[in-house]
Amino acid sequence: MNRVTIIAALAAMALVGYILEMVRRRKLREEYSILWLSGGLVMLVLVLRRDWLEIASQAVGIFYPPSFLFLVAIFFILLILIHFSITVSRLYQMNKRIAQEIALLKNRAASNHAPTPE
Amino acid sequence: MSAPASPRILVCMPAWHEERSIAAIVLALRDKLPYDILVVNDGSLDDTSGTARRAGAIVLDLPCNLGIGGAVQTAFLYAREEGYDIVVRIDADGQHEIADIPAVLAPILEGRADAVIGSRFLGETEYRGTFMRRFGIRYFCTLVRTFTGYRVTDPTSGFFAINRKLIEFYSQHYPSDYPEVDAYILMHHLKARATEVPARMYARAEGKSSITSLGAVYYMVKVTLSFIINCLRRFG
Repeated sequence: MNRVTIIAALAAMALVGYILEMVRRRKLREEYSILWLSGGLVMLVLVLRRDWLEIASQAVGIFYPPSFLFLVAIFFILLILIHFSITVSRLYQMNKRIAQEIALLKNRAASNHAPTPE
Repeated sequence: MSAPASPRILVCMPAWHEERSIAAIVLALRDKLPYDILVVNDGSLDDTSGTARRAGAIVLDLPCNLGIGGAVQTAFLYAREEGYDIVVRIDADGQHEIADIPAVLAPILEGRADAVIGSRFLGETEYRGTFMRRFGIRYFCTLVRTFTGYRVTDPTSGFFAINRKLIEFYSQHYPSDYPEVDAYILMHHLKARATEVPARMYARAEGKSSITSLGAVYYMVKVTLSFIINCLRRFG
């Protein structure tokens, strides 16, 4: 194994390990760890199995196999970002509903305690 | 009283930093019309809420600024919960003529429409917009007509009345920002009968328009996207 392979493998393992640790400490929900973990594992496998990397890059017509690694990494990063956009949209929707509900409840609470209007 | 009880009508105004104009409008409404008045305070930092309440309006205070669509939708949620039959929405900055409200209500009260929009371009108008604004409005008219078939003259009007059917639907599905043009998609989906009546519109008394020039570009892009996506969408 050459030096770059070892460094790349260690980096991928560090990523997977860090994500697992964050999930264990409940700082990251399982739901959000799945894309990170699968990305990290796919990278790890392709780094360690140079022959598989070559087969895969040939299959899609890439002549320089390591650039296939970049493609895979960018693909996962894109998926994760889209996932975040969807999550932010959902949170926005929920947040809006909660704010509206608070406004309605505050009004109801105030009118329950208010003295009878003149 | 004759067979159906008279419909319960709510006049609502989304308000953000309108403490200087809100009291006068609430008082004028109370003076001229027998309807309940709701002010949705969209997270103002000034005394919009207190001023409106002292003037005699029902006030809903949003804990943060949701934007115009989110604020108006809060009024629809309130109307749905409290069982109002018709909601009239006007601006809190004095741009709309209170005396036009009966004309906006009439087609709904006569059962001829589900939604009535006050148009500043129908009938005599003294309204003059910038070139950009007039271009935008013409563009929206074409968009609305192409995708929904409604022939409109003032698609961005924030002066309208809707009946119970639309109150229910809007309280679930109202767009968050720049909702007026998008609303035609929702009305089209419900096969709602929408009609325009002439309505006067004045220059703003206080405060400034929520639409900036960069905002206008965003407005047009966003609304166009909404119309295209709507062709692919079913409402849940």
